[in-house]
Amino acid sequence: MKGAAKVTTKELMLGNQAFARGAYEAGCKVSAAYPGTPSTEISENIAKYDEIYSEWSPNEKVALEVAIGASISGVRALASMKHVGLNVAADPLFTASYTGVNGGLVIIVADDPGLYSSQNEQDTRAIARAAKVPVLEPSDSAEAKEFVKFAYELSEKYDTPVIIRSTTRLSHSQGLVELSDRIDIEDKPYNRDIAKYVMMPGNAKGRHLAVEKRELALIKDSCNFPINRVEYNDTKIGIITSGIPYQYVKEALPEVSVLKLGTVNPLPKGLIEEFASRVEKLYIVEELDPIIEEQVKSWGINAIGKEIFTVQGEYSANMLRKAIKGEDITYHAVEGIPNRPPILCPGCPHRSVYTILKKLKLHAAGDIGCYTLGAVAPLSVVDTTICMGASISTLHGMEKAKGKEYIKDWVAVIGDSTFLHTGVNSLINMVYNKSTGTVLILDNSTTGMTGHQDHAATGKTLKGEVTYAVDLEKLCRAIGVPNVYVVNAYDGKKLEQTIKEAVASDEIAVIIAQAPCVLLKKASITRKYYIDQEKCKKCGLCMKPGCPAKTKNENGDIVINETMCNGCSLCVDFCKFDAIKAIE
Amino acid sequence: MKTKNIMIVGVGGQGTLLTSRILGKLMIEAGYDVKLSEVHGMAQRGGSVVTFVRYGEKVYEPIVEEGQADVLIAFEKLEALRYIHFLKKGGAIVINDQQIDPMPVVIGAAEYPQNIMEDISKNHRVYKVNAVDEAKKLGNSKVFNIIVLGVAAQHMEFSKDQWLSVIERTVPAKTVEINKKAFELGYSLA
Repeated sequence: MKGAAKVTTKELMLGNQAFARGAYEAGCKVSAAYPGTPSTEISENIAKYDEIYSEWSPNEKVALEVAIGASISGVRALASMKHVGLNVAADPLFTASYTGVNGGLVIIVADDPGLYSSQNEQDTRAIARAAKVPVLEPSDSAEAKEFVKFAYELSEKYDTPVIIRSTTRLSHSQGLVELSDRIDIEDKPYNRDIAKYVMMPGNAKGRHLAVEKRELALIKDSCNFPINRVEYNDTKIGIITSGIPYQYVKEALPEVSVLKLGTVNPLPKGLIEEFASRVEKLYIVEELDPIIEEQVKSWGINAIGKEIFTVQGEYSANMLRKAIKGEDITYHAVEGIPNRPPILCPGCPHRSVYTILKKLKLHAAGDIGCYTLGAVAPLSVVDTTICMGASISTLHGMEKAKGKEYIKDWVAVIGDSTFLHTGVNSLINMVYNKSTGTVLILDNSTTGMTGHQDHAATGKTLKGEVTYAVDLEKLCRAIGVPNVYVVNAYDGKKLEQTIKEAVASDEIAVIIAQAPCVLLKKASITRKYYIDQEKCKKCGLCMKPGCPAKTKNENGDIVINETMCNGCSLCVDFCKFDAIKAIE
Repeated sequence: MKTKNIMIVGVGGQGTLLTSRILGKLMIEAGYDVKLSEVHGMAQRGGSVVTFVRYGEKVYEPIVEEGQADVLIAFEKLEALRYIHFLKKGGAIVINDQQIDPMPVVIGAAEYPQNIMEDISKNHRVYKVNAVDEAKKLGNSKVFNIIVLGVAAQHMEFSKDQWLSVIERTVPAKTVEINKKAFELGYSLA
């Protein structure tokens, strides 16, 4: 490493902000990502550093390949994503493990124990083990920053991509971070080396050997990495832990001995064996799957893990106090109070589209985004949600299974960003294999659920620069869709007529329902509505679309919350008595 | 000093993030170790949201657990009831007297509980404020959360000047004056 790192100041930083700062200080030059909670803010914060080229790629596979290219060319590169994004990027990951790197290559992956914002609860460490890629796991914002810097050193020293595993709790917690200066890293020279970078069978055989050697070296060397740390205390109880669970251990059991692992793949076997031999009772505390535990037990070490700790959700100090100390600390929540599930915002254009689908009694094969919320009452339109892009391909599968008449009760719904992520391939497949179904692209001009990120069809880059905007209508036509309709998402009449025609037809159709997300600045709210109580018959029809701005007051009158109303006027069309009026 | 735990609960979109950021900045400047935990993404869309703020000499876990909150700040009544078991014995709860019906209530599948304030008052020190009406009187209904924060500030050890100074440097420049007024109002309410 070059340059002198001098301590300047301490700041309160989100885990994700600290990851970005780590990339900056480590001299990273290229960063690529696709937004996904809880990883999104890593890229958003990297974009603030002019020294790093950063982009939103259309999906995680592209993002990782961009980072791989940058690494091969000789600079330090980063890709960041949520756990399910790593599935999309698994193809390049598994082979990048073989090629290794030139400039350091770090992949930050954020898991979601507790499922705050995801479709599953998978454990990134399992994928990393299969790909034989080292994994580091920080425990707070300060470590998040430092581990990124260490990951780049490891990556270059051991010629490997390095994964840093985060979780929602780490990514979205803030802690104090000491800032340092950016290290000035010289680009590494590029030398043509097809045995290393062209992974055809003969070359890959050689590289596989290199991967196995690397694993063995890391198992040994990691015993001396400073990020794998033993904190000896009372040795009656010893706990092996890593990441956020380390904090719960320190909070609940300050008196025990702890082996805090910074590298969770491969494991520092010698260090673990020594620690196990010095404590009387050994526990392994890790959220999600028993990745550390199963390996440790396979070495013949007695330990307690998932026998008493869950594989689901987040851990806590109280959970450990109960499980390890047998403390009786049960607090009772008030029972029988109504849930408050997430809902589409007042004025959301998706609600407008869903009220039409509901009226036409259509089923929707759904996708990943705010519009997944159309699955629940009162809209109850979306029947399936699997993964990014799956709406279109599952609709196609249904048609091939049950025939084109069956599919006339169905549509696929997918957002603009998700369509460009992986929906495009599925649409190509529908055309190629002669499907007749109807696809609705809910085009709100942004990546909504993750907090408004730009994408290839918005005309702006991650850095806010103006760029070419993919024309979704032309794209669909170029793919070969004969019937492409562009309709204002708030124009209920036109939308209803278009959907009716499209599903009845024996040709594939794409309906692009356009209206910007109401939370975007450009969706300026021009008016708000109120209910004229003299005209209102309290029939409740206007409540049907499930707008959260509408509620009943203590007298049983239906009223519109003025601060919440975003003026979409959807409810105006539902009222048969002209009782809903614009505020002058 | 023992780590102190503050919890802010409300409905996605009510501004819990801004409030916790003000708290965080205040505590660092007072020289404490600080950890905050927030909710982003899907849960934020009108859902029930919780923010944890912990400060002290050395803070480990970033969350506040059941029975541990010294101060519970609730921007909505039902959310106060949902998280009341997080409040420590003898802790203070500040409740904004606002009702936002969750979707099961809007569609008639559930009923909004009656007498929330009375029920919570039976066992806890409750500080009630109708912050939305107070904020409207100030001319901007959005600053209700800073009024609530002002009420809560009476139960923390920082001076009014410390609070105002941090608010000044945290909220958007255009809204500094109204937010300072909102805080002073909350701070003066008994």
